[in-house]
Amino acid sequence: MEQCVHLEFEVAGNNFAQAGLASDQVKSTLKKLGIDPQDIRRVAIAMYEGEINMVIHANGGRAYVDIFVDKICINLIDQGKGIENIELAMTPGYSTAPDDVRALGFGAGMGLPNMKKYTDVFNIESEVGKGTKVEMEIHFR
Amino acid sequence: MIAKKDFRTVILDPEKCKGCVTCMKRCPTEAIRVRNGKASVNYEKCIGCGVCVRLCPHHAKLAYYDSFDEIHNYKYKIALPPPSLYGQFNNLYDVNYVLNGLLEIGFDEVYEVGRGAELVSSVTKILLDQGKIKFPVISTACPAVLELILARYHNLKDNLLNVLAPVDIAAKLAREKAISKGIPAEDIGVFFISPCPAKVFSLKLGLGVRKPYVDGVLSVGEVYMKLVPVMNKLQEVKPISKLGATGLRWAVSGGEAEAAFRGKYLAADGIENVLNILNGLEENELKDIDFIELNACAGGCVGGVLNVENPFIAKARIRELRKRMPQLDCNLLSDEGKGLEYYLWEEEPDIKNIDRIDEDRMTAMQRLVEAEKILNSLPQIDCGLCGAPSCRAFSEDLANGVIPPDTKCPRV
Ligand SMILES: Nc1ncnc2c1ncn2[C@@H]1O[C@H](COP(=O)(O)OP(=O)(O)OP(=O)(O)O)[C@@H](O)[C@H]1O
Ligand code: SF4
Ligand SMILES: [Mg+2]
Repeated sequence: MEQCVHLEFEVAGNNFAQAGLASDQVKSTLKKLGIDPQDIRRVAIAMYEGEINMVIHANGGRAYVDIFVDKICINLIDQGKGIENIELAMTPGYSTAPDDVRALGFGAGMGLPNMKKYTDVFNIESEVGKGTKVEMEIHFR
Repeated sequence: MIAKKDFRTVILDPEKCKGCVTCMKRCPTEAIRVRNGKASVNYEKCIGCGVCVRLCPHHAKLAYYDSFDEIHNYKYKIALPPPSLYGQFNNLYDVNYVLNGLLEIGFDEVYEVGRGAELVSSVTKILLDQGKIKFPVISTACPAVLELILARYHNLKDNLLNVLAPVDIAAKLAREKAISKGIPAEDIGVFFISPCPAKVFSLKLGLGVRKPYVDGVLSVGEVYMKLVPVMNKLQEVKPISKLGATGLRWAVSGGEAEAAFRGKYLAADGIENVLNILNGLEENELKDIDFIELNACAGGCVGGVLNVENPFIAKARIRELRKRMPQLDCNLLSDEGKGLEYYLWEEEPDIKNIDRIDEDRMTAMQRLVEAEKILNSLPQIDCGLCGAPSCRAFSEDLANGVIPPDTKCPRV
């Protein structure tokens, strides 16, 4: 079987202080492998945006990360309120973030578009009332 | 030049070290292990931040610096005092006392590093206006932070302010001035009085410069002990200082950012806060900030471990002193008659790979998978008993063959 490092993280809902810990851990692993800094940056941004979305919009969730020599697969799964219109959510600038969250600097509606932009594979599935699943892959150069 | 791994930033006093793991647990680059009950530093990973020196409850960690007597190897001795030095003295209302004191204890000339800092501020303004460096621009005056970025945050390389450190500028100008006075180059010895081990090693190895500009690096503590007795007995206090309030402010976190920039800036100090900011930057946070000042020491350079005074007291003194200092125009470049180039990095400092397990990614992967397996068999409580800062670090040391393969976790 192909060698792979598997990492899993619990992402707590509405906990802004903890947000980013999973992506920090993933970054540190990629640095140990000597992955290109540009690729690490793409992973960091995509992972962080995904993590923070689960914190803000889904009351938390889990991150499953598989790191191979040539790519990283990130699955973000939550049981939150779900997204009604994915196409709309993917539109740059669209956001339902409440004012208190905007006061923290989030809510520009750029998270999902950036996740798509920085990844090589991006899939999102969601069901209202059930939750959301984001699948991302970044291929290393 | 001396190779990085051969340079001992901090030295252990094995008599005093009790193997208590305090330094190991708090080292920001996990450069320390406890072997046979004594702390040992992997110098290749050390950024010279001084955290271990500050925290060791047994005072077993000593920062390396040159002995004061080294100045006697030169006929013409130039002292470079940092702005933070002025915060060390009680009831100091005129920095000229310190400068005259330096002349009294053996130096022939002084050049204030704060003046170099003011020049950096002038250059920074120009560079920010030019907009060629990637925003947010990250300051590079703290060598511990610069080393950390070069070692671990390769992504942020394009954001680095490519200006020489204030002390390098001061050293460069001071040496040229001495030479223009007719002093033979080989007679000149330029000595920085350092608040921290980071500046000792960065100046001795040279960061951003082709070759080091200083001949030696002394400690604030040692020079302070020599200064105090003479400063009270000075017959005459000549007005030597060329420093303004702006340069003095550099002693404290926020001073650099305030001097250079009127836009949105951020100043973070203390190594843990610095790590937070750097991690955030990699994740594209802080998009709306233009300039970021980072200091490894809490409070800024007044918090350096080679100082004698409590950083908060030193900071309060700097604030008082500033009121008595002139407000110089921060556009000083024309004063020195040098072009912009003169102040910029002469070469890009080297990127280091302190984290990478192996040059071959396949091999690195195998080791990492192995380490992950070992980690799952460990209690994952990061107790430090094994001599590694975390269970993860222990499992990686095992997988990488840093420790013998039969080494066991003492808790299972
Ligand atoms: N995991 C999720 N669960 C429920 N809704 C989500 C989730 N992720 C995104 N959304 C919805 O999609 C919208 C757009 O997300 P996106 O990340 O692009 O912007 P944002 O989070 O609102 O702002 P920004 O990411 O720029 O801070 C969100 O406002 C939210 O309504
Ligand atoms: S903050 Fe100042 S004193 Fe502390 S390590 Fe950096 S340069 Fe040295
Ligand atoms: Mg978002």
